[in-house]
Amino acid sequence: MLWMVTRRLVTSLLVIIGSLVLVFTILYVLPGDPTDNMVDPSMATPEVIANLRHQLGVDQPFHIQLLHYFGSILQGDFGKSLLNSDPVLPKIAESFPATLALTGASVLVSVTVGLLLGVLSAIHRNGAIDIIARVIGLFGISMPTFWSGILLILIFSITLGWFPAMGSDGWQTLVLPALALGTVGSGFIIRMVRNSMLEVISEQFIVTLRSKGLAERAVMYRHALRNALIPAVTMTGMLIGDMLAGTVVVETVFSRQGIGRIISDAIMAKDLPVVQGVILFSAIIYTLVNLLVDLSYTLIDPRVRRST
Amino acid sequence: MREAVSAKTVWRERKLAAAAAPKIRKFTASDLFLVAAGLIILFVAACAIVPQWIAPYAPTEMRTDSIMQAPSGAHLFGTDYFGRDIFSVVVYGSRDSLFIGFASVLVGGLLGGTIGALSGYAGGWIDTAIMRLNDVLMTIPGILLALAIAGALGPSLFNIVLAVAVSSVPGYARVMRAQVLSIKSRTFVKASVSIGASPLRVFWKHVLPNSLSPLLVMAAIGIGTSILTGSGLSFLGLGVLREVPDWGTLLSQGRGYLTAAWWICTFPGLAITAFVLSVNIIGDRLRDHFDPKKVTQR
Repeated sequence: MLWMVTRRLVTSLLVIIGSLVLVFTILYVLPGDPTDNMVDPSMATPEVIANLRHQLGVDQPFHIQLLHYFGSILQGDFGKSLLNSDPVLPKIAESFPATLALTGASVLVSVTVGLLLGVLSAIHRNGAIDIIARVIGLFGISMPTFWSGILLILIFSITLGWFPAMGSDGWQTLVLPALALGTVGSGFIIRMVRNSMLEVISEQFIVTLRSKGLAERAVMYRHALRNALIPAVTMTGMLIGDMLAGTVVVETVFSRQGIGRIISDAIMAKDLPVVQGVILFSAIIYTLVNLLVDLSYTLIDPRVRRST
Repeated sequence: MREAVSAKTVWRERKLAAAAAPKIRKFTASDLFLVAAGLIILFVAACAIVPQWIAPYAPTEMRTDSIMQAPSGAHLFGTDYFGRDIFSVVVYGSRDSLFIGFASVLVGGLLGGTIGALSGYAGGWIDTAIMRLNDVLMTIPGILLALAIAGALGPSLFNIVLAVAVSSVPGYARVMRAQVLSIKSRTFVKASVSIGASPLRVFWKHVLPNSLSPLLVMAAIGIGTSILTGSGLSFLGLGVLREVPDWGTLLSQGRGYLTAAWWICTFPGLAITAFVLSVNIIGDRLRDHFDPKKVTQR
């Protein structure tokens, strides 16, 4: 048990280091110079540009820059914005709670709706509930969030006036974005839970349980569901990462504060350190979430617990 | 292509199952969805190939006498602030949108499939190295990676395709590797090796043809995902500013007029959803078809 936890911790750390190198490499290889947007080439002399490049350290060879970057990350320095020299990490830390709230609310919507409809769909297979749930699931994975978000604004803000269309203060502003993003997640969960429930139901031990006279309710909810939940937990873990990334679009649609907004603004402004910082930050969060999900298996699945 | 043992066994099993099942299957809701999905895809494909036959107006035609009109018989989807007929713009816009979807799946699938096949077939340290890199790539959510690449390269149709393609590579690579690994250990492959076939021949004649179906199914479903990612990039402003906007760009242009003209945003989004939905329905059916375990679960 302890051995497994240690091993997973070390792997996660390696993955984070890997993503750091990767993010740095991708942005290093891609064309475009950080000084392009900082000075007007027609005004600045080559010396000024060279000076600026030296100040930023981008005249150094690749490995020196990488080591430098790595060193500053270890010290908690994610770099400075090229636009206004604001340090990146405090900026992320300031907006992260808003993104975290949106991600959390979206995951909550996904899991609640997804589990409920997925289970009902499998139990009433080919019935009316099944068909409705499958249609909802299909729409969930097929609608772009920027469209479902706009539809929600049209209906619930502009027409009915129930919830605000933008902003990030108070729980009311969270409802529509969480619904827009959560619909996607519930689509994935409905389909997954339905499939894995149907798979479990067709197994031998369910026949045994039924033949020994156990009530259908108990067969479904105590035995089938618990076995079908294991893949659902994995999926939820993956979903947290997807929801986190999905905030890029949703925060723009609803004009919310958050790290998704920061990165899309930074990309438009070609503010490289901010882009690097946010991607790296998301990768770290994503890896940590996956680690937690892996460890949680040991709690819900006795087979995993005993095998380690 | 399909004379391999595995395919034959699966086929024989399926024939037995078919013989056991009643001859005429009931026409279910899933079949209805499938037919509707096929019709939608055909229609959108027709829009992309011969838009001039379908669109009632030229997509660039600006009429000052019909600005911001609500949907009506004359303008099915209404008109925008330039007096363009939204239906016509959506019909012509299908070209770029579909191009992004198909081209990025082609590029991403080929790249990912090659990497995965190489990794799985070579094994050893090559496999370990590639898969570790893949794991790392997978920790960066696809849309962020696509956003970073498209943002750094600048807005262009080609760059969006490249960004969406690269962000899908790790997924394809993982699936292809898993399949190649499983085929590699099958008896008919070992038999071929033992009678002295060269590694390249074994790969080309036996492993590859038997490993393709999961990748193809994934690519079919991937068209929907790619269109979603691509239109998301367009929506965020990394789209191509062309005379005829693609669906994502059109939608983002309409955002400023949400209170005055709901139709400008609504219909391009409906086009994206309808197409992606249809691709997903067909992709689901394909996946069920190729997955013997799931045959009974339709």
